[in-house]
Amino acid sequence: MSDVLFIEGGRVIDPAGGVDGVRTVVIRDGKVAEVAERVERPRDARVLDARNRWVTPGFVDLHVHLREPGQEYKETVATGARAAVAGGFTAVCAMPNTKPVNDCAAVTELVLARAAAAGLARVYPVGAISKGSGGEELAEYGELKASGCVALSDDGRPVMSSALMRRALEYARAFGLPLTVHEEDLHLVGKGVMHEGAAATRLGLKGIPSQAEDVMVLRDIALVELTGGRLHVAHVSTAGAVRAIREAKRRGLPVTGEVTPHHLALTDDDVAASGYSTDFKMNPPLRSADDVRACREGLADGTLDAIATDHAPHSAVEKDVEFDAAANGIVGLETAFSVCLGLVREGALTERRLVEALTAGPARVFGLPAGTLARGAAADVAVLDAAAEWTLDPARLQSKGRNTPWKGRRLAGRCTHTIVGGRIVHEEGKADR
Amino acid sequence: MIGRHKHCIALEDFSREEILEVIDLAVSMKEVLQRPIKKVPSLRGKMVVNLFFEASTRTRSSFETAAKILSADALNWTSSSSSVTKGETLVDTAKNLEAMRPDVLVIRHSAGGAPRLVAEHVGCSVVSAGDGAHEHPSQGLLDCFTLREKLGTLEGKTVAIVGDVSHSRVARSDLHAFPKLGAKVRLCGPPTMMPAGVERLGATVHTDLREAVDGADAVIMLRIQHERIGDPLIPGTREYSKVWGLNAKKAADWLKPSCVILHPGPINRGVELSPEVADGPRSVILDQVQNGVAVRMAILYLLAGGAGEEARA
Repeated sequence: MSDVLFIEGGRVIDPAGGVDGVRTVVIRDGKVAEVAERVERPRDARVLDARNRWVTPGFVDLHVHLREPGQEYKETVATGARAAVAGGFTAVCAMPNTKPVNDCAAVTELVLARAAAAGLARVYPVGAISKGSGGEELAEYGELKASGCVALSDDGRPVMSSALMRRALEYARAFGLPLTVHEEDLHLVGKGVMHEGAAATRLGLKGIPSQAEDVMVLRDIALVELTGGRLHVAHVSTAGAVRAIREAKRRGLPVTGEVTPHHLALTDDDVAASGYSTDFKMNPPLRSADDVRACREGLADGTLDAIATDHAPHSAVEKDVEFDAAANGIVGLETAFSVCLGLVREGALTERRLVEALTAGPARVFGLPAGTLARGAAADVAVLDAAAEWTLDPARLQSKGRNTPWKGRRLAGRCTHTIVGGRIVHEEGKADR
Repeated sequence: MIGRHKHCIALEDFSREEILEVIDLAVSMKEVLQRPIKKVPSLRGKMVVNLFFEASTRTRSSFETAAKILSADALNWTSSSSSVTKGETLVDTAKNLEAMRPDVLVIRHSAGGAPRLVAEHVGCSVVSAGDGAHEHPSQGLLDCFTLREKLGTLEGKTVAIVGDVSHSRVARSDLHAFPKLGAKVRLCGPPTMMPAGVERLGATVHTDLREAVDGADAVIMLRIQHERIGDPLIPGTREYSKVWGLNAKKAADWLKPSCVILHPGPINRGVELSPEVADGPRSVILDQVQNGVAVRMAILYLLAGGAGEEARA
């Protein structure tokens, strides 16, 4: 069989290449050979009929938790990669808060080996900012970079020490690694478990003010000015953080930001309406309607560069408990496109901007070779049925995690095919090697 | 059932009629409580389990007394002797107790929402005896009962709730119940003790005690929880008692003559209330304690199916 694949008749949306129209995508030897209106097809070429579908670069997720090593009962690199391709993601960045923390080559290499064995999505490890993510000593960035890390993060925890953060930004410059940071002032967070506001007051739960995030974003932007390091703000959730990043960009500072689908779609009132459902407990917490509006505006105008899922699988052991005691986080890889397409239908986002924020935007932030259908690029492609309607049955998720606030909800649009390096790795709800 | 509810978890869920159903029945229950022989067979053969994850003598004793007067068997289960210390989850604990076939589980827990979580996993009725800083519905109902008893009605009345509203489950239950019975609520305390967005629940918020109690028909003084003074909410009890405490002079000068004073107990004498006020003629604090038993009898009776059993007898 020829190693040529024709994806025909679909609406190709490739913001990186400025393409939006019906095209044929020709894939040869695992790379994009051509994207054109009319292409002569060899008789023995494989054909993927994409009529009435969107054909986009494979999605890139800057922020996932694959839980391996250490918590394989929640997720493994393989199950996480299967969930990724089921959601249209062909590249995911794996956060280092595993057990042990990814602060050395051994862990990075293990993650990469597991990803290679799975042969599904590309997995890019993120190394720790500090040893053990303990916030006290710098990790060895040279070794992390050499073994395959694309960024640094103590995600799950903020870098509370301003002095350490300064040194991390300075030191990372030598290796060209961006810092992707979890921003919260733990003193302001206290014992808070959800956004501080009327909903928390009604539920009698301790609140976390938006300013817990704002003050740290402002601090780190100041430290970028001091050091010249590259700062990427993970899971932005507040109007104040959006404002601060917009201002930093206006001043030409190397600051970027990402936002999750749930922070774009849900508010703290949804926590109250859920009756203490721990599927609505995440960190940062679901914020106020004003914060959500600001995040949507920030994504639409480019202040926020990327949509990232913060895919955080947990088992019932962590979630089927009191809200105060429950672990933070939800799974997101398989619902991201649908939830964000909902925003397009609400008029909060254009189709092109949605695709850009899932593809070229994140690829640029970490400098990944992804997010484009340019000739010669790796043939990582998502084929999407934007007209589909489906009901989320958690039992049908590819992830081991079932923790999602969209259980039983009707969702719009889904990924029908995912192609990585020219190979179809996901087709109509089935993951395949 | 209380109205359409199988459980008594939050007064936010209760309608005016459902609140009145409980306090109307509590009137009869209080009459039983005052008889020389305080025992009726209404819940004979029924079992009430008191599942207390937080220390509480007052509320637990009140539920236990209520169950015993109605002839139910009451089992007290406390977390100090529990499997929780061995790592068992709340849901597991509740399911194990459920397997012993109780009719009502009364649960107190430090986490908001814990009774709701239990109710989702068991078949019997669940009564919240206070969950975190969420609600304390039986206390809210006894406050409604006491105010109606003392004021005749709550319609058109004004109630001031003073103190650490942010940590108070009593305040939240009152805040949901009083407006449904026609009363206006004023909240007062240091800004550090006022939860965000509380005015969205329908109260006015004050920092000046005199302004808050001016013309009020009732004042509920909340307990300052010494264990929370570690949080930097107030500099200490000395200043608190001067600014937000009620002493005899303030009561005489600022309260209207008919104004009654409530307190969910236990009182910090000299902090939120001076002894003369706590024991004075305006105080209805001991009435609250007695009415608490009557209200809990009504709740247990309605939920444990006493009415149905008696009708069949």
